[in-house]
Amino acid sequence: MYVAVKGGERAIRNAHAWLAEERRGDRSVAELSVAQIREQLSLAVNRVMAEGSLYDPDLAALAIKQARGDLIEAIFLIRAYRTTLPRFGASAPVDTGAMACDRRISATFKDLPGGQILGPTFDYTHRLLDFKLAAEGELPEAPAREASNEAVPHVTAFLNREGLIEDAPSDDTPPPDLTREPLELPAGRALRLQALTRADEGFTLSMAYSTQRGYARNHAFVGELRIGTVPVEVEIPELGFAIEIAEITVTECETVNQFKGSKTEPPQFTRGYGLVFGQTERKAISMALVDRALRWQELGEDNVGAPAQDAEFVLYHADNIQATGFLEHIKLPHYVDFQSELELVRKLRRDAGTDQCKVAAE
Amino acid sequence: MTRTSEYNFAYLDEQTKRMIRRAILKGLAIPGYQVPFASREMPMPYGWGTGGVQVSAAVLTPDDRFKVIDQGADDTTNAVSIRSFFEHTAGVATTTATAEATVIQTRHRIPELPLREGQVLVYQVPIPEPLRFLEPRESETRKMHSLEEYGLMHVKLYEDISRHGHIATSYAYPVKVEGRYVMDPSPIPKFDNPKLGDCPAVQLFGAGREQRIYALPPYTQVVSLDFEDHPFEASKADHPCGLCGSDSSYLDEVIIDDAGGRMFVCSDTDYCDARQAQGHRGKDAA
Repeated sequence: MYVAVKGGERAIRNAHAWLAEERRGDRSVAELSVAQIREQLSLAVNRVMAEGSLYDPDLAALAIKQARGDLIEAIFLIRAYRTTLPRFGASAPVDTGAMACDRRISATFKDLPGGQILGPTFDYTHRLLDFKLAAEGELPEAPAREASNEAVPHVTAFLNREGLIEDAPSDDTPPPDLTREPLELPAGRALRLQALTRADEGFTLSMAYSTQRGYARNHAFVGELRIGTVPVEVEIPELGFAIEIAEITVTECETVNQFKGSKTEPPQFTRGYGLVFGQTERKAISMALVDRALRWQELGEDNVGAPAQDAEFVLYHADNIQATGFLEHIKLPHYVDFQSELELVRKLRRDAGTDQCKVAAE
Repeated sequence: MTRTSEYNFAYLDEQTKRMIRRAILKGLAIPGYQVPFASREMPMPYGWGTGGVQVSAAVLTPDDRFKVIDQGADDTTNAVSIRSFFEHTAGVATTTATAEATVIQTRHRIPELPLREGQVLVYQVPIPEPLRFLEPRESETRKMHSLEEYGLMHVKLYEDISRHGHIATSYAYPVKVEGRYVMDPSPIPKFDNPKLGDCPAVQLFGAGREQRIYALPPYTQVVSLDFEDHPFEASKADHPCGLCGSDSSYLDEVIIDDAGGRMFVCSDTDYCDARQAQGHRGKDAA
C-alpha cells in the first residue's frame, strides 16, 4: 500500500545530524582546529581562496573543516558567503613588480637581476612517503638569511627593451566584473583572466595540458614565476590618496610564447598571463597557457578548432561551482519528467507494434 | 518563524534585489525574451533552484505567503529545503495550499488548481535556452532569437514526426510567446503547457547558473509549437488517481511491489489532499 510520505523535513534534519557526526569522525581523536588547517594545509586554503574569490585564510580554513576536506564544497561555502558581503570599493591594481618574493624563477634566463629564488617548493623533492611525518616530532628550523633589498624586475621587461616581445601597454579601463555583471560574449581579455583565475584548477590544468599536446600548440616558456606578498591599496576619496589596507600573497606567471608572426603581427614573442591568490603555482602556469591559447584572434592566428581556443567553451565550463551544482542536481527527483518520458516510450513502442510493457496490477 | 537576523530580508542585499527586479521588469516588458542578469552565488548549489530562489527573494515582501513545490509536491526534499531557507531568511508565512499562496516557487510542475490574479508563479529553470540542444553556442542562439530564426526547431520537430509519427518531446516542450519568442517553459510535462497561456497570475522564470530571467505577464498568449496536421496534444498517464480518483490531474507512477504492481497518484500533493478532504476516494485509497 502506498501512503504519501510527509517525512522530508525530519529526514533532512537527521541527515544533517549524521553529516555533522561523520565530519567530527572518531571522538577519541583530537579535533582539528581552524588554525591547524590554516597553517598546515595552507595550499588547500590557498586553492579555496583563489577559486572562492575571497582572500581570507581563516574563513577558507573554516570552510575546509566544515566541508570535511572536500575543496569544491569549501569553495562553494566561501562563494555563498561572499555573496552576502557589501562592496565598498575597488583597490588600486597591485604592483607585482614590487612583490616581496618568496619564490622567483625564470626558465628563460640562467641568471638575472633579482636572482633565482627557489623558495618553498616541492620541485626536486623525491616523492617518497616520509614516514617520519606519521610520528609526531618538531622540525629543525630552516636556514635563513637577511631579506635582500635588491629590486626584482619582471623578466618580460628585459625582452621588451629589444622589442622581441609584444608590447603590453598599461590600460586604465576599469576591468569588467563577472561577479557583478552576467558573462556576455565576446569576452575581452580582462574578463577572461578573471574567469580563469577563479576557474577550477583541474579544468584549467587539463585545458593548458591539451595545448602542450598539440591542441592549439603554442610552445610556452615560463618567462617568470613569482610568489610573494604585495600590498593592497585603496584610494580614499575623502583623503585624496591611497592607503594600504592589506598584504596578500599571490602567484604570478608570465609565459613567453613562440610566435612566427601573422598577417597583422611581426614575428616576436607573445605573452600568456596568470595571476592567482595564494601560493598556487600549478594554477597560475595553467592560467597563463590557457590565456595565451584564447588570444588567437587578437594575434591573427588560425583557429584550429582546439577546445582551449574556444572562449565560449572554456569560460562556460571552467567554474566548478556551476559545474558541480548542475551535475549533482540530477540527484534531485525527476519523476515528473521521467513519467512523461515513460508515457512517451510506451506510446512509441505501441505505435511500433512492439508493446510488451504491460501495465500490471491493472 | 523568526528570521535569522545576520542576513538581509530574503538573504540578498537590496542592491542585488534591485538588479534582479530590473531584469524581471524587462522580462515582463518583452515576454519570452531571456534577460541576462548578474546571478549571485546562493547558499544552495547551482542547478538546485538558485534562479528561482533569487527571483523569489526579489519579489517576496513580508506580507507574502510562500509555497514551494518540486515535482508538484510540497514535501520533496528540495522543496522543504527552499521553503525553510525563506522561513529563516525572510520570515515569511508559508503554506502548502495553492489557493492561499501569493508566491509559489516551482520545479517541473504548474499546480492543478487554476492560478488567480495577484499570484506569482516562480519557475526554476535549468537550461533557459530552447534552442540549446540544437545549437550549443550561446552567441549563436542569441542571434537566432534576435533574427526570429526558428527553422531549426521546426526541422527538429518535423524529424520527430517523420521518425516516430509524432513529436517526441514530452517535457520542456517549446512554446511561442505572443507570436515572437520561442521559449522554454522549464521541464514541466507538456501536460502543463496549456496552463501557461492566458494565465491570470504573473509567471517568472529564473535560471541562476545560466544567468537568465524571463517572464510571462498575466494573460499572455502562449502557443505550444506544432504543425497543422500534427496538433499539440497534452498527455498524461491514462488512469485516475489512486488516492483521490481525479481523472484530470497529472499522475506519478509509483511502484508498490517487486512483481510489477504499480499505482498512479496525483503529482500535485495539495490538489490530491484537498480532494480527499472533500471526500473523493480513488480505488487504492486506504
